[in-house]
Amino acid sequence: MIVDLQRFLDAENIFWDELERMLEDMESEIDRALSMEEVKRFHYLYQRCATDFAKLDAFPNVRELRDRLESLLSRAYAEIHETREKPHRFSPVNWFFKTFPQTFRRHSGAFMLSVIITLVGVAFGGLALYFDPDSKSVLMPFSHLQVSPKERVKQEESQQKDRLEGHATSFSAYLMTHNTRVSILTMALGITWGIGAILILFSNGVMLGAVCVDYITGGESAFLAGWLLPHGAIEIPSILIAGQAGLVLARALIGAGSSEPVRARLRAISPDLITLIFGVAVLLVWAGIVEAFFSQYHEPVLPYSLKIIFGLSELVLLTIFLSRSGKVSVGKKFEGMPLMHGGA
Amino acid sequence: MNGTDRNSLVIRTPEGITFSIPLAGPVTRFFAWVIDMACISVLISGLSSALMALGLLSMDIASAATVVAYFIISIGYGMFLEWRFRGQTIGKRLLKLRVMDEQGFRLQFSQVGIRNLLRFVDTLPVFYLIGGVACLLSRRGQRLGDYAANTVVVRGRPPVNLDLEDLKEGKYNSFRDYPFLEARLRHRASPEESGVALQALMRRGELDPLARVELFRDIAAHFKSLVAFPEEATFGLTDEQYIRNVVDSVFRERQ
Repeated sequence: MIVDLQRFLDAENIFWDELERMLEDMESEIDRALSMEEVKRFHYLYQRCATDFAKLDAFPNVRELRDRLESLLSRAYAEIHETREKPHRFSPVNWFFKTFPQTFRRHSGAFMLSVIITLVGVAFGGLALYFDPDSKSVLMPFSHLQVSPKERVKQEESQQKDRLEGHATSFSAYLMTHNTRVSILTMALGITWGIGAILILFSNGVMLGAVCVDYITGGESAFLAGWLLPHGAIEIPSILIAGQAGLVLARALIGAGSSEPVRARLRAISPDLITLIFGVAVLLVWAGIVEAFFSQYHEPVLPYSLKIIFGLSELVLLTIFLSRSGKVSVGKKFEGMPLMHGGA
Repeated sequence: MNGTDRNSLVIRTPEGITFSIPLAGPVTRFFAWVIDMACISVLISGLSSALMALGLLSMDIASAATVVAYFIISIGYGMFLEWRFRGQTIGKRLLKLRVMDEQGFRLQFSQVGIRNLLRFVDTLPVFYLIGGVACLLSRRGQRLGDYAANTVVVRGRPPVNLDLEDLKEGKYNSFRDYPFLEARLRHRASPEESGVALQALMRRGELDPLARVELFRDIAAHFKSLVAFPEEATFGLTDEQYIRNVVDSVFRERQ
């Protein structure tokens, strides 16, 4: 069918312009909700644009026009055929106390796997150092860990001056950002079918195991607990949650036990990955503050018992938070649902 | 139903319409990234200078604020801009690129977040080597972040305002006196040939005078070889006017 191109343009351009204006409004205001009339009009304009696009077969190679309509159609299509929940106003409190722990619990299997991999690393690092003390420089490549535990404790406890004085805040900021980077990398390495995430979890476990065995066999268990627990009670679970996110990503890629295509699986888990990693970032802010302002102070400034109690309290609170927060009670869950009546 | 054509994302709507969106190539994306890196550097250095004013109160707080600002800007730049401006950072906007959902749906924050966080792997070991290789191997030009987030980077199209009235310039089309020859022309001219004639007329203002004359001479010669109009219809016509007549005859509504 050959139709008059100019007449076609004159007749339809106003509708394309109107569709474009509606799209610009919708795109510039993410939270905007359309009225029923606007929805009907938008749908009509989309269909009209789609029909016009189909008519373009009569106008061979009117490239610019095809481009414009394709661009309009693709934008309108995104709005019309989107079935996922529309972004709503974000509430940080609701997200942290509800969405984050719920998401954590939804993937508890991946968290357990993350814990197991780390524990295997802990066992490996601990045994390696126990049977080969010379491997210390390889297992714990940090200068402050190279001295014997007794010597370090002596140094720390005899400090007359606050060695973090004047840079505790920047040290804290460094710890927060560094640990968050490591966590993001752990999650992101899930894309290597989980191999990269597993390696990071394992290597963290190796270092942790080696440090623990070094200080326990050196008779400095109290110092170790007082030094590691206050920040480690949050920091170590955070890395484990980042590993959990990496393993969730890996499982979606591998698709074990799922008949859905890989793209659908990835689409389904992406909000959970973001929730987990942002939750980790929040936890690491706290861990960074505690490590710089609390963990680095030892006896006689701060008694180890106080530090250990503080660390254990954090661990208990974190466990309660992750296991209970945001839980919907059975009564509330079924509230408003119609009652089932059995008929005889 | 969606798919990938050569260098373009093809979307088939439930209404039976199929449209395609051109995918961005790795080189253009690399240049957009370079621009974004420059923007990030400017932002960070500007903010660092401003935050250093905090040094009057405490150097410790000033350097802590700088560390945190650097972290937030370097990670949050892409995430914030792509979310706020529908898939566009400054670099992408300048080079007319856009991130979009690979099924054509609305871009979700989680998708923007995932594709930006997976840069940590895509940038390994240096200069986006892993991401670049993944992009070259992927049919949709996706780096690992795009793959995980179900996103693609597409090329935008400039807005156009077509007005064919000015092509006619008010002159009478002498070919209209020969409807059977016009019909033959419509039959013999392929869609691509007609499209070339239309494009040449629409872009004639962009051509150098000499190139314009040569181009219309060649196109007119081609159309003259398809259908020979009598001399009365072509007498005194320039090559450009000849093509104007051809376009009018091909695209005009049949009576």
